[in-house]
Amino acid sequence: MEKMSRVTTALSGSMLTGRTMHCHLDAPANAISVCRDAAQVVVAGRSIFKIYSIEEEQFVEKLNLRVGRKPSLNLSCADVVWHQMDENLLATAATNGVVVTWNLGRPSRNKQDQLFTEHKRTVNKVCFHPTEAHVLLSGSQDGFMKCFDLRRKDSVSTFSGQSESVRDVQFSIRDYFTFASTFENGNVQLWDIRRPDRCERMFTAHNGPVFCCDWHPEDRGWLATGGRDKMVKVWDMTTHRAKEMHCVQTIASVARVKWRPECRHHLATCSMMVDHNIYVWDVRRPFVPAAMFEEHRDVTTGIAWRHPHDPSFLLSGSKDSSLCQHLFRDASQPVERANPEGLCYGLFGDLAFAAKESLVAAESGRKPYSGDRRHPMFFKRKLDPAEPFAGLASSALSVFEMEPAGGSMGWFVDTAERYALTGRPLAELCDHNAKVARELGRNQVAQTWTMLRIIYCSPGLVPSANLNHSVGKGSTCGLPLMNSFNLKDMAPGLGSETRLDRSKGDARSDTALLDSSATLLTNEDNEETEGSDVPTDYLLGDAEGEEDELYLLDPEHAHPEEPEYVLPQEAFPLRHEIVDTPPGPEHLQDKADSPHVSGSEADATSLAPMDSSFSLLSVSHALYDSRLPPDFFSVLVRDMLRFYAEQGDVQMAVSVLIVLGERVRKDIDEQTQEHWYTSYIDLLQRFRLWNVSNEVVKLSTSRAISCLNQASTTLHVNCSHCKRPMSSRGWVCDRCHRCASMCAVCHHVVKGLFVWCQGCSHGGHLQHIMKWLEGSSHCPAGCGHLCEYS
Amino acid sequence: MNRGGSNASAAANYLLCTNCRKVLRKDKRIRVSQPLTRGPSAFIPEKEVVQANTVDERTNFLVEEYSTSGRLDNITQVMSLHTQYLESFLRSQFYMLRMDGPLPLPYRHYIAIMAAARHRCSYLINMHVDEFLKTGGIPEWLNGLEYVPQRLKNLNEINKLLAHRPWLITKEHIQKLVKTGENNWSLPELVHAVVLLAHYHALASFVFGSGINPERDPEISNGFRLISVNNFCVCDLANDNSIENASLTGGNYGIVDSLSELEALMERMKRLQEDRDDEEASQEEMTTRFEKEKKESLFVVSGDTFHSFPHSDFEDDMIVTSDVSRYIEDPGFGYEDFARRGEEHLPTFRAQDYTWENHGFSLVNRLYSDIGHLLDEKFRMVYNLTYNTMATHEDVDTTMLRRALFNYVHCMFGIRYDDYDYGEVNQLLERSLKVYIKTVTCYPERTTKRMYDSYWRQFKHSEKVHVNLLLMEARMQAELLYALRAITRHLT
Repeated sequence: MEKMSRVTTALSGSMLTGRTMHCHLDAPANAISVCRDAAQVVVAGRSIFKIYSIEEEQFVEKLNLRVGRKPSLNLSCADVVWHQMDENLLATAATNGVVVTWNLGRPSRNKQDQLFTEHKRTVNKVCFHPTEAHVLLSGSQDGFMKCFDLRRKDSVSTFSGQSESVRDVQFSIRDYFTFASTFENGNVQLWDIRRPDRCERMFTAHNGPVFCCDWHPEDRGWLATGGRDKMVKVWDMTTHRAKEMHCVQTIASVARVKWRPECRHHLATCSMMVDHNIYVWDVRRPFVPAAMFEEHRDVTTGIAWRHPHDPSFLLSGSKDSSLCQHLFRDASQPVERANPEGLCYGLFGDLAFAAKESLVAAESGRKPYSGDRRHPMFFKRKLDPAEPFAGLASSALSVFEMEPAGGSMGWFVDTAERYALTGRPLAELCDHNAKVARELGRNQVAQTWTMLRIIYCSPGLVPSANLNHSVGKGSTCGLPLMNSFNLKDMAPGLGSETRLDRSKGDARSDTALLDSSATLLTNEDNEETEGSDVPTDYLLGDAEGEEDELYLLDPEHAHPEEPEYVLPQEAFPLRHEIVDTPPGPEHLQDKADSPHVSGSEADATSLAPMDSSFSLLSVSHALYDSRLPPDFFSVLVRDMLRFYAEQGDVQMAVSVLIVLGERVRKDIDEQTQEHWYTSYIDLLQRFRLWNVSNEVVKLSTSRAISCLNQASTTLHVNCSHCKRPMSSRGWVCDRCHRCASMCAVCHHVVKGLFVWCQGCSHGGHLQHIMKWLEGSSHCPAGCGHLCEYS
Repeated sequence: MNRGGSNASAAANYLLCTNCRKVLRKDKRIRVSQPLTRGPSAFIPEKEVVQANTVDERTNFLVEEYSTSGRLDNITQVMSLHTQYLESFLRSQFYMLRMDGPLPLPYRHYIAIMAAARHRCSYLINMHVDEFLKTGGIPEWLNGLEYVPQRLKNLNEINKLLAHRPWLITKEHIQKLVKTGENNWSLPELVHAVVLLAHYHALASFVFGSGINPERDPEISNGFRLISVNNFCVCDLANDNSIENASLTGGNYGIVDSLSELEALMERMKRLQEDRDDEEASQEEMTTRFEKEKKESLFVVSGDTFHSFPHSDFEDDMIVTSDVSRYIEDPGFGYEDFARRGEEHLPTFRAQDYTWENHGFSLVNRLYSDIGHLLDEKFRMVYNLTYNTMATHEDVDTTMLRRALFNYVHCMFGIRYDDYDYGEVNQLLERSLKVYIKTVTCYPERTTKRMYDSYWRQFKHSEKVHVNLLLMEARMQAELLYALRAITRHLT
């Protein structure tokens, strides 16, 4: 807020200066209005009615109009207006239905002038005639508008809207006799002040109440209306029928709308609920506000341009009890922050991408992901001088063509379809998915699954038949190395309890076990130098902090078997399964544990060290049973998931997330999870894997995701007789009162799944049709069509 | 779970008013036979409702379209006296229970059960126990609140407050629900739940206020069917008005001739309509009138005092006789007069500062799309519904009467309209009607047939149902306003 830019504008002699500033009011404001000379502003609310003068640096309270011993409801203002001809004249609308006028020229403290108590309900709006000194108009909740001549004691004429409550009344600036009124039922009416019997014109402008309207200061027939339906509409009233010229969709119901002076297409809006900002829109650009003022902390209730010919000062009052002067220069401009980007897939998998030129230029230096064969082509858009927003329109379009062979995503589809995500024990799921991955030649992924199985599954469940050669390798090769490792870092008894993991099977490191275990050690030794390249590979360095915890946690498990800890020949620091259940009763099962490094990948890389340790266990009966705390590996797994997601294999990330469920979920922040889910679901839907995508949605625990398949679950059907949409129920037509979908087999109405033949359009209950077509190939309806069910 | 089957006499299935009980105590041998309930309502003669029904195909069509149970239940039958309204009612109810929404179907029914249980409305509970099971709810939950997930349990507090003292709801309550980590409610879910709660609290008012009978075919199949019907004493159901009502006969409000009563009311309305321009009350006067009305509602004592048995006794009875207590916590928590709480002195809710049309609607529609439109239509419908008749008179503008009813309900919940002269309430609503209104909106479970009968004797039953509709919607709106205001405050 300390933007101290100062603006001085010369306006036909008078000078307006000021800065963005605000002042605290004692109570929430309901409305504000500016004096003709642009130097004073009146603020009115339920328990405030004050005049402030607008100084260069601050607002200064000039006058408190709320006088008297007891605050009366007449002072509880819903609206206030300052006469634009006479700077001593104000009018307020009270919530109890009274219209009060105020004369600042009165010598006494009480400036109250006249009291009109003709309305039966709250008066929502008062409005002075723009040129006539004595004419005041009011619109009330009781559905009436009244015109007062201030020289008389009561109203001159009463206009009955014949519809619901009046929300706003505005004299036309150009047409002397015309005023517009807006109603709670969505109507806008145009009246001639001389003809109170009926309105000149009426049309429905909004769905739901129209809260406000404003005549364009220059364009004769333009009327802007704002409604509860979150729209601002600009109407041309000069034509025979009111024509909608522009429509701006905002994010909340529109409480006030005011045209910006000297800017033909700009208008300011504020909202009644939820959204506290003031927006200035260019009506030709209805999606992004031209400017935005974010000063208020509660809903803005009143806005006014300070001077009818100065577009840079906006005043506003708010429920947060503050009065603000906004400088257009200080407004935040969402357009500047937006990155106009477009992304679209072509029919054959081509990808077109349009972005701001500057962005593209900046990114062109970035290396494309390796392994992708993409051929960017660049086009440049010709600038259209007629375009109103030429400055923003310079964008570059890149098209990436998909190479027919290279871009095959067959594996993705296969994987998505064949993966098992739920319904079986974790071990089986992992095994199954590993198998799937392996069959598709994705060894790295397969390894990861296997590894996860080992990390998370109760060892008893692991088939012990899988002791394979990697065991031997591990024991022979890793042994000496680990010895040193243990001795160096660990306290004797617990030394082997360090953690060693490679979070992901790295296809790149198709090295022998020896290498990998060797790397492990070097990695441990110089973790500072390592890591930047393969940060997620070895986490020993990171893990040290946790090892301390380990000591604290483990001894109780470890103690019984302490003697057996001293196994210097034990090659590797052991890792322990994380099991959901407290590890106690399962201690001994560890012995039965076996590594599961599949035979097909003898060169199984990263897993090997870990596996071998287990195999060693089982071979040498090293009863090293104590476990690591369940979330010991979660950091690694999390990094592994991140790695996959970053590589673009969000499928893996999400699948693992679902399969592991609670075990890892808490370690990954909600937003990332949501991001992965949405990406994966998006991909699945692109490949039309609706069932899989739905399953993923269902299995997701993120609330934002799982509500995806709760939305728009309706399938609209048309009646088979009258071809009209069946709006209420899927089986009875409202119009022809017939049951539309009869089962051809049982002749009853089908209320659930309806299956029908695309050839003859007969159909019925899914079960019935399936059964029927097992026995017969003809249509059950007897039309002679040979139906097929597949 | 022994539901009053073994040792109870037949009479135990019905709540007995003290008068009857005294009689029973004196002579233990007297057994009160369970009266045969006929028709959808215990208050309204069957033929009144049924006649209206047979002519009305529209109702059947609406039921076909919107009923969740798929049959014409008693509520619908009684409401079908006002078909126009029935449509918007069923539409919004159907939307809440069956259409797109943030909450799973069984949750919705369970919340309905929780809401109805606050008023011991076994009729609604039974209905939704069935639906709950049909939509795949976990039967175990029906054993009581200890068996439901913490998340639902957390809803208890707001349910309790909303039902009895909605003005106590603050943004802290909302925060507690929204930010509890594991068991938190998302805002859309919360709004859905709040709408359901308010709907079923209000509907409970209608059920008791109109004396809705239990459905005729009590399938005891699922074992959750409660035996106790409604808490109408047998003497009510037998339409026995012989027990004179002290509070009604005494005081200024003697039972005047019913016809002159109606005439007097018409006269008063007329006078108010004409006089309002002349006699202009000062602001202080207006304020005091509201306060007076608020205070006076204190002395409009409801239900139980008719039968003059102590409060606690009544509560105990409720809990013993019906099995609904397992769905509620803190059963003793009830309505407390808004005016009475002088010590805390919560500020009056200014209707103009948070209206349904401007604020409530936008919030509700934002978080739970389309329900806003449905509720809006329903409120509008009930507020504007009129046949321009009053009892035997036609061409009467009843706006004033409707507004008085609506605002009086809001007044009891502490909502004040700046532009309303609360003196009108005093003029238009006779004491027996005020008693009825207060009972129906604040302690619906204590409504008796006598109360229903004692006001507006010469009015048609359909008009009294209309009154009930107004009370129900006014109550729902009041609850929603308080809850939504708290949510708005939480958001800002």
